[in-house]
Amino acid sequence: MKFFLKKFLDLIPTLLGISLICFFIIRLIPGDPVLNLVGERGVDPVRYAEMKHNLGLDLPIIQQFWFFVKNACMGNLGTSIVSNNSVWAEFIERFPATFELGMFSLFFATIIGIPLGIYAALKRNSFFDYFLMGTSLIGYSMPIFWWGLILILLFSVKLGLTPVSGRIELTYDIPVMTGLYLIDTLQSEVVKAEGFAPFWSAIKHLILPSIALGTIPLAVIARMTRSSMLEVLGEDYIRTARAKGMGKTRIVYIHALRNALVPIVTTLALLFGSIITGAILTETIFSWPGIGKWIVQSITSRDYPVIQGGVLIISFIIIMTNIIVDVIYYFLNPKMR
Amino acid sequence: MKTVLSLFFITNLAFATAQAKSFVYCSEGSPSSFNPQLVTDGTSTNATAQVIYNNLVTFEPGSTKIIPQLATSWDISKDKLVYTFNLRKGVKFHTTKYFSPTRDFNATDVIFSVDRQRVKTHPFHDVSGGKYEYFDGMEMGKTIKEVKALDPYKVQFVLNTPDATFLANMAMSFMGILSEEYGSKLIASNKKSEMDSMPVGTGLFVFQSYAKDSVIKYAAHPQYWGQHGNIDKLIFAITPDANVRHQKLKTGECQFANEPAPADIPEMQKNAKLTVMKDAGLNVGYLALNVTKKPFDNLLVRQAVNHALNKKSYIDAIYMGNAVVAKNPLPPTIWSYNDAVKDYEYSVEKAKALLAKAGYPNGFETDMWTLPVARPYNPNGKKMGELMQADLAKVGIKVKLQTYDWPTYLKKASQGEHSMLQMGWTGDNGDPDNFLNTLLGCGAVKAGSNYSKWCDQKFNKAVVDAKVQTDIKKRTALYKDAQKIFKEQAPWVTIAHSTVFKAMAKNVKGYKIDPLGHDLFTFLVIE
Repeated sequence: MKFFLKKFLDLIPTLLGISLICFFIIRLIPGDPVLNLVGERGVDPVRYAEMKHNLGLDLPIIQQFWFFVKNACMGNLGTSIVSNNSVWAEFIERFPATFELGMFSLFFATIIGIPLGIYAALKRNSFFDYFLMGTSLIGYSMPIFWWGLILILLFSVKLGLTPVSGRIELTYDIPVMTGLYLIDTLQSEVVKAEGFAPFWSAIKHLILPSIALGTIPLAVIARMTRSSMLEVLGEDYIRTARAKGMGKTRIVYIHALRNALVPIVTTLALLFGSIITGAILTETIFSWPGIGKWIVQSITSRDYPVIQGGVLIISFIIIMTNIIVDVIYYFLNPKMR
Repeated sequence: MKTVLSLFFITNLAFATAQAKSFVYCSEGSPSSFNPQLVTDGTSTNATAQVIYNNLVTFEPGSTKIIPQLATSWDISKDKLVYTFNLRKGVKFHTTKYFSPTRDFNATDVIFSVDRQRVKTHPFHDVSGGKYEYFDGMEMGKTIKEVKALDPYKVQFVLNTPDATFLANMAMSFMGILSEEYGSKLIASNKKSEMDSMPVGTGLFVFQSYAKDSVIKYAAHPQYWGQHGNIDKLIFAITPDANVRHQKLKTGECQFANEPAPADIPEMQKNAKLTVMKDAGLNVGYLALNVTKKPFDNLLVRQAVNHALNKKSYIDAIYMGNAVVAKNPLPPTIWSYNDAVKDYEYSVEKAKALLAKAGYPNGFETDMWTLPVARPYNPNGKKMGELMQADLAKVGIKVKLQTYDWPTYLKKASQGEHSMLQMGWTGDNGDPDNFLNTLLGCGAVKAGSNYSKWCDQKFNKAVVDAKVQTDIKKRTALYKDAQKIFKEQAPWVTIAHSTVFKAMAKNVKGYKIDPLGHDLFTFLVIE
């Protein structure tokens, strides 16, 4: 109990620190949301002052920060300067898209990465092992932007197997329930109307971006699984099990893998953070309407409330994921107790 | 019962889609609002003013000529202060899931639309942030004294001062007509902000749905008042990457790709399934010389820089040949363009001689800011900066190149921190005033769009007089004079007017390139 309490108490200074940093860093970058709005046209000083005043940007910076923290505590993250919608509304509309893509690509990375890693560990120093580790190094250093375009050129333009970009065939109108298209397309009204075609369309649209986004995690997971498996396979209890004449399959999948999985779970949680950052590029190439693109756009337009609020929510999600993993860990690993 | 109904609806829909002509437009970004009064960027204008709304007057497709739209005709009083518009009868507003109009368009809608932007106490003025950048930027608030209905189909605008650009401004996107009846309904249900997210207009396309950053869907307005093409469903597929838009065009996922990358044009032109159209853009790319800073306060130095830059080479290297050398601040497609003006020819000797005369026989050191964003008027600021740097080095001017990201660039430039600055402009309304006065008038120094900080009394008198003069012959003469003064005084190096490209599928017909840079869908025909 004390363990959980401590974890949650840690959350407060972390979030405060994050909001402090992103609040001031974005204001340290020169540039001005008002001038960005007017562009080449320019603005005279009177009107400029008036616009700044309307946005509350003429207040002393400490006071602005105080308002931000006070409102954030009450659940109000402010209003976007560009769109005039509340930051929370803007976020919640886009987050499911990023979440769906992130989960799908992590899924892709895990179901391929773990078996490959195990196999490489078992065939240590074989050609396959070297080949796999070499490829995973390439995968790890893959520039996502280039990789995404190559995937599009090959699979969509040349082979015509997958759509170039987007989330679903444009002719479908899917009523929003969760914002996750894989779930929303299975709503009874949609299935009744169009059958499973929208669902397949959503899957087809997910394939390329998931490969692009999942490539780096795949490489990380494969390498992690390999080294973790090698470590466990060298343990005394594995030798004992072998000496007792236990079958190889049982040793590998029951005794070794279960123990080797513990660090992999941690890696997965950390990858979740990198998935969201990687999504920035993937979302741009595949026209995926998620939060990555949203945040980047808000930085170029100096949309202060969106940057502050968006970063705060995302950090909160990443921290919460890590807390949840710590909790799972606590139950998985008796040594922690 | 519900199922039966929905099944009926679905079969109906399936039947309709089988015959419907849908047109997918790959746009480059998301609109920031569905109210054209609140937006200034081309992306949002394409998604609002060009599809959902009509104005009293509009630009003839493919030109900047003003033609009637919701107004059938208009009279201008002798003193040029009163404009009376006769309104079109029988124009229906859109019927949508969220609003069913009970009356036709009339004068109250015009007053409602203008006064929302103009009158601070208007019930909608403060809705959605209450920022009317374009309306204020074009000084419509200062120009218009009063708007009143003489009868339901006659509206009168009374101006404070005569303004020759008034009609052109009335045709701009922010003067689109909103429904007053819809506004009243929203006031009653206390949902005023829906005016800007769930739009109702009289344009050819009825808004259906918007999935943020992803898809916007429109359907043709069955009771549209005017002539139109044959699109039944208009879909905007938001695709930020230019290369991906090109791929989608190739696979047929869209029929029109907005803003093709210049590097993709040759490949698109070779593709038999695509049509690539081009036209002279209503723009100018220039190098502003800050006349408040030494040594650019010296006319001879400014003229020397004009002689030193080999503009022809930039057209080939930066614009890939898709531009013409600019000699005036106005593009040649705008009336009153002064073709008699003689440009400073490229000549290292002349530049050196002028510098020597100015007291800089060995040149000097200075800085140049290079444009950080790709714009039609300057697709690659950095590369152009390097070419300019090399040209200026030949006459002894050592240039340090620097740049900032776009918002910073604008801020520092408006404070006049630069010596030489790459900048440009795309016209708003096709009026010469929108170039000469907006970019070079003395008022523009304070307003921030005169990046040379150049205020010449003779030039300023010409453009200010031309603005209040409505006789087009007299205006033309004044603007021609102004261009001559500009060239002599050389506050800029005019660089290029770039060509605009549009790429679409072969079966799309009837597209006309809008000189003002918007995409027009009304007359499109899909074969």
